[in-house]
Parts: sequence; structure tokens; C-alpha cells
Amino acid sequence: MIIQVCVGSSCHLKGSAEIVELLQKAVEENHLENEITLAGSFCIGKCNRIGVTVQVDDEIHVGITKENFKEFFNENVLNKIN
Amino acid sequence: MSNNIRKFDTKVQYLKYKVLREVAREAWHDTLLENLIDIPKKIVPGKTSTMRCCVYKERAILSERVKIAMGGDPENPNVIEVIDIACDECPAAGYEVTDSCRGCLAHRCEDVCKRGAISFDHNHVAHIDKSKCVECGQCAKVCPYSAIINRKRPCQIACKVKAISINEDNAASINNDKCTACGACVYQCPFGAISDKSYILNVVDLIKKSEQGRNYKLYAVVAPSISSQFSYAKLGQVITGLKKMGFHTVVEAALGADMVAMSEARELAEKGFLTSSCCPAFVSYIKSDFPDLVPLISHNCSPMVEISKYIKETDKNAKTIFIGPCTAKKAEAQLEGAKPYVDAVLTFEELQALFDSRDIDITSLEEDVLDNASYYGRIFARSGGLTDAVTQAIKEQNITYFEFKPVSCDGIEECRIALLKKSKNALPANFIEGMACVGGCIGGAGCLTHGEKNKAEVDKYGKEAFEKNISDAISVLR
Repeated sequence: MIIQVCVGSSCHLKGSAEIVELLQKAVEENHLENEITLAGSFCIGKCNRIGVTVQVDDEIHVGITKENFKEFFNENVLNKIN
Repeated sequence: MSNNIRKFDTKVQYLKYKVLREVAREAWHDTLLENLIDIPKKIVPGKTSTMRCCVYKERAILSERVKIAMGGDPENPNVIEVIDIACDECPAAGYEVTDSCRGCLAHRCEDVCKRGAISFDHNHVAHIDKSKCVECGQCAKVCPYSAIINRKRPCQIACKVKAISINEDNAASINNDKCTACGACVYQCPFGAISDKSYILNVVDLIKKSEQGRNYKLYAVVAPSISSQFSYAKLGQVITGLKKMGFHTVVEAALGADMVAMSEARELAEKGFLTSSCCPAFVSYIKSDFPDLVPLISHNCSPMVEISKYIKETDKNAKTIFIGPCTAKKAEAQLEGAKPYVDAVLTFEELQALFDSRDIDITSLEEDVLDNASYYGRIFARSGGLTDAVTQAIKEQNITYFEFKPVSCDGIEECRIALLKKSKNALPANFIEGMACVGGCIGGAGCLTHGEKNKAEVDKYGKEAFEKNISDAISVLR
């Protein structure tokens, strides 16, 4: 599974760095290093007013914040892997 | 139109801009080949000359400018080119005594001349013996009446690497082996007889063929000196303008600078001595004039290449266009190490022409955001910024066993002095930051405007960065 976090200007200002950190932690905690490749991307083209855009394989999710991160990760990452 | 001229320092830049704008305008409409020969007449209509002896010469020169706007002479490998017929063959007699010489008693000029080149006639008026004069300029400095002047050509004065000479037809001629493509002569020639080749047509083509990102995504990589440019509008409006024109997104070259600062600090600590490699004109100068020092050039790519490479690694479907103040970047982009990553280079001057060729008035646009890099990456745009960034990178990486002794060289003359000392093992420093343009990149020939305020603008822009540390800025990349 490839997870791309948008680090373009718009998302960067809305906390890409935090989301990257949370993702790295979550991957580690769930021992998914072999399953998941983390990558950056400069603009996925879905700039949102709130939160960061994250692409999981072909699916694009907008508005990811540190508050809703857990929910996003469980639903769109863990669920799909298990 | 009269408004547009305020966007530039000189009328030569404005003229060059008009040519670029018309060439690009025709290219957008796919009508360039049909209308090519009409462009000079469009710029100088009527029968009255406005710049030269007659409209016909003006138009002849303009058609040469059109050629350069279309990429210039393919036989000439240099990105800087002389328009022979535009060269006014300025007097080039060197130091001369003018009518202002009052035939004084002091004769300071004679006393200061170490070569005994100055003699006096029966009116006590000074004369310079050309066969003895070495053009040191001391006599001109000491004359209380400023009666001695240097009739050197502005291009030759601008070219500190001495690549310009005068050919048998009395026109300026560039020695390509010595030229660093810094563009100083381009900016200084009062007749606009020297110009940087433009790749604006390649850019129009790249934008068109991308079809709004359907075929590939076009990334604009902008140099941090942009903060001192387009001052009549907001930076955020420039970003919107770029996207409106067909760019997928805009990324700061300063993020590449952040990456470079980190690895430069490590390489320096490991090797013990380095010269910077960010400024392509400085690198080219070392290669041509100090070949023995070539092994000491940092092995880092320039920020332009570093970030473009990263973009292409993360997006296989990307094409990159670097937009900056620099004519030497056009030469750098053609080198093996850069070619696969950088698809075209545009100057700020050319970007202005490109906006106007599409009638995009950036002042009417909404503001977008630009934020990828740290304070340190952004201040690369001015002299001393690279040194500050490496200092910070050493600190952030806890490199404690190495004592950093940098020397920041502002302009190619300071670079020459430091390199000369290094070649004689007499340089009390272990890092040379070399910037070919005085002031750093903000002094680049491709800037729309050059001014005292520009350094402050870069620092202000640096402080506005969301990330204050280099590590924070590049942490998102891994």
C-alpha cells in the first residue's frame, strides 16, 4: 500500500508535518513497515480549507487533521490491510 | 502600457520584454511562424525612429532580438549572445584626460602613476602614454577635478571575469571559455546589445502539451528571490497567476536549498574544506580559472536540481520549470547533472512577459499560498544566507567536532580573491560561499528590478516561513 501525504504549500501550512509524524508512528505501532510505503507529494490537486490531503493507493482523502487522524487511519488503512 | 515600464529598472529590459511578450503571444495562438516578421514593426510602428538612427535599423535589431527570444543561435553554445548590429561600438580608449584638466601645479596624477605614463604639455595639461598605462585607475581617483575618465565599455566593466574583448569590427565579443553566463553584461549594456537566450517558447510548448495536467503535471520551481520581485503585486497573486497559466503547482526552490544546507554541512565536516556549488556562475568560474580547486567544489547539486530531482522522484509524471533571477541557470540546466531533472529555465523578466502574453493581470487575482521551505532555505537568495544556513545545519545535526570557518564572497571579485588565496594556501577559512552576483541572487541579471530594499524583502519573506528550522522543513520529505 502506498500512502502519499501532500506536502504542497496549502497542505503544508495546514500541518502536513504533523500528519507525516502521526503516520510514521502509526505504521510503527502496528508493525506495518513492510506493507506500507510512505511518500510525499506536492499537491494532489484537492486543496481543502481544513486539514491535509492524503492519498491511499488510488483513493484521495481530504481534510485529515490530527483530531480525525485516528479515525482515518483505522478506516482507510488498517481496515484495508486486514 | 506605460504602466508596464515601471515593472523594470531600465528601458532596455522593457524593450526585451516587449519582444518576448509578442513572441509568446504568437506562440500561444500557433501563429508565430506566419507573424514572425511583423513583430519588429509592431513594436516600432510608423516612420519616426525612437531609439536609433532610423526605424529600419531599429527593426533590423528587433528581428535579432526576436531570434534570441526564440532560443538564439543554435551554433553558439553560450546562453549569452552579442547582437553585433546593436553594439554601438562605444569608445574603448581606456583612461583619457578630458578638457577638465586645468593644468594644475600639484600633478597628483603624475605622482601616483607607478608606470610613469603621465607627461605634460606646454600648458601643463596632462597626457597619458597608452603604451605605458596599465589602466590601474589611480590617476583618475586622485584628480581633484575628476578630469581623467575611463573610457572602457560598460560591458567590459561589468564583466569581472574578463571574458569580453573587442573584435576586429569594433563590436563586443564574448570568450565562451571564460564566460560564466552570469549576465552582468546583459544588464549593464546601455544599448541592450548583449542578451540571454530565451527558452520561453519551450515553456509555452510545455504548458500547452501538458493540457492542464492531463498529459503530465507541470511544476514551477521558484527561486526565493521572487520575494523581492513583482513588487507591484502580492507573491500569492504570482502563484495564482502561474496556476492559471497551466502549472499544476508551485514549489519553492528554497526547499532544495534546505536539503542542500543539510548535506553540505555533513560533506564539509567530512572533507574539511569546501566551496559552495549553488551558484552556477561561481562553479563555472572555478572550472575555467582555478581548475586545481575543482575537487574542492561541493558535490551537492544546486537547490534547483535538488528539488527538481525530488519532484521527479515523487511524481513520475512531472515536468519542472525553474523560474529565477539567473541567466547562468539556463547554462546549468544544460549540464549532464541537471538535464534529466530540469525541463526549462525562465527568468523573472520572462515570466512577466509570459503573464502579459496571456493578458493575465496578476494584481486582479486572488492570493494563493507558497510555503515549503524554512527561513534558512529562503535566505539563500541573498549573499551570506547560504553561510547562515550551513551554520544552522551544523547545529541541527549536532556536528560538534568541526569548527566552521566560512567566508561569504559577495560578487565574483570577492570570489576571485578568496579562490586566489586558497590556491596559495593562504585562506584562513574552510568554506567559501561564492555568489557571482553582488548581493547574491537578488542581484541577478534576470531580475525585474534591483534595489537596496530587496535584501530586506528576502529576510522578511524568510521570517514568514512556517518552518523555522531546516530539519522541520525537510522532515516531511522522508
